Amino acid sequence: MRTVTVVGASLAGLYAARELRAQGFDGRLVIVGEETHRPYDRPPLSKDFLTGKADEDQLALSDVDETLELGAEWMFGVRARGLDARGRTVLLEDGRTVSTDGVVIATGASARRLPGPALMGVHTLRTLDDARSLRAELLSGPRRVVVIGGGFIGAETASSCAGLGHSVTVVEAAPLPLLPQLGPEMAAVCAGLHHRGGVELVTGVGVAALRGDVAVNGVELVDGRVLPADVVVVGIGAVPNTGWLAGSTLALHDGVLCDDGCVTALPQVVAVGDVARVGGARAEHWTSATAQPRVAVRNLLAGRTVETVRPLPYFWSDQYGSRIQFAGRRRDGDLVRVVEGAVEDGSFLALYERDGVTTAALAIDRPRPFTRVRRELTRGDARPAVPVAAEPVVAGVAEPVAQGFAEPMAL
Amino acid sequence: MIPVCRLEDLPTGGSVRIDTAPPIAVFNADGELYAIDDTCTHQDASLSEGWLEGCLVECPLHEASFDLRTGQPTCLPARRPVRTHRVTVEDGVVHVHPAAEEGTAA
Repeated sequence: MRTVTVVGASLAGLYAARELRAQGFDGRLVIVGEETHRPYDRPPLSKDFLTGKADEDQLALSDVDETLELGAEWMFGVRARGLDARGRTVLLEDGRTVSTDGVVIATGASARRLPGPALMGVHTLRTLDDARSLRAELLSGPRRVVVIGGGFIGAETASSCAGLGHSVTVVEAAPLPLLPQLGPEMAAVCAGLHHRGGVELVTGVGVAALRGDVAVNGVELVDGRVLPADVVVVGIGAVPNTGWLAGSTLALHDGVLCDDGCVTALPQVVAVGDVARVGGARAEHWTSATAQPRVAVRNLLAGRTVETVRPLPYFWSDQYGSRIQFAGRRRDGDLVRVVEGAVEDGSFLALYERDGVTTAALAIDRPRPFTRVRRELTRGDARPAVPVAAEPVVAGVAEPVAQGFAEPMAL
Repeated sequence: MIPVCRLEDLPTGGSVRIDTAPPIAVFNADGELYAIDDTCTHQDASLSEGWLEGCLVECPLHEASFDLRTGQPTCLPARRPVRTHRVTVEDGVVHVHPAAEEGTAA
């Protein structure tokens, strides 16, 4: 392979570039990024960056030394428009083309938006530019903030807004936020954090429309209520960025379909991170984006799937001064019980169990016991659940998916 | 020099966080005592709550790992070292000697 093109310059793309060099690829390395920014870490955007505790320098995923060491051609601020049928040419929006022998697809996902005309004061929170614009508005005086969607982005944003002194309401269409991720018992516990943080939580009712002419002034709910709002944050999940691949031969279905080794229908094209549906599951997890590139790159350089990857789902969330950590593959019907600490004390470890086997763990401010269980789950999870696919997956789902962890839809 | 705790209160595998600025974590790794800055250089997490294995401590948030002897990260996502501090035991009490800040007299 003489040229490898990484499409996407965020966490998974950067990790893939690192892996290419670490695994001995010394050819031409092209990295295409839609955003104008060098790779940065997104998790702090809804937390320390929004509250002003962290600045942009602290978001950087890489530094000058490493960037030079990678010896890559970076193309920022340009979006990929297509991939030819053989996967040998990446077309860029500005008309340029990149001829390539291998492709790493790392185009991530975009914040899902509400239908209707754009109104001032309505935000999503996915990119640095999103966060800058929301932060500027939050720092210019007290606001009535309505957060649509009680998932992680919504909850963390609500927490940050409350911390800045704004009046905050969270609207969640489901009976409780985070139900698919945590199950009813623990979702109820996390919902309680909003109340503790002085944030009103409205559940079980969807949003009918946003009110306002030029700027938003309210959120109308389907039951007729109108919540006055100066700022609306829409946190209703993310959509994988696969539009540019529409004309390619790759199979697309809620992401780029890959086998368990991140290899697509074309052996010289691999996919990693939020855009990749690996072995039937798309996990929008930071740890998946960092774990997949090593295996994806190994398979890319080998020209076939020689290794598979199935990271244990793991996520964390900082809300209202509490740190929530979750790991494992919970399914509906799993029993959950607190094994250390107590919910009332705000510090506990809970285990999810099925047939006497631990399937997942959730902790609030209980990091060390959580790590112990997480390591045990990782060990038990190391054996692949399905055999290594001999042929690339072209279509279909290889494995029942217990968890997608997309943010619950609020509408 | 900061007294931390009695030696018997820091058993093998144990750790203590002291509220200096910045905070410091003291570890008993198989009988050897080490002190490093407590906050992971990647993101805000307390290494005193990390997972201790040999001379390495793993961050409880993203599994960055640091060598307690040198403070160097041994894997991503951490890319910068934590400071290390000298530890002594005097009359059965563990003491930390914080490394001088750059530009200040020791």
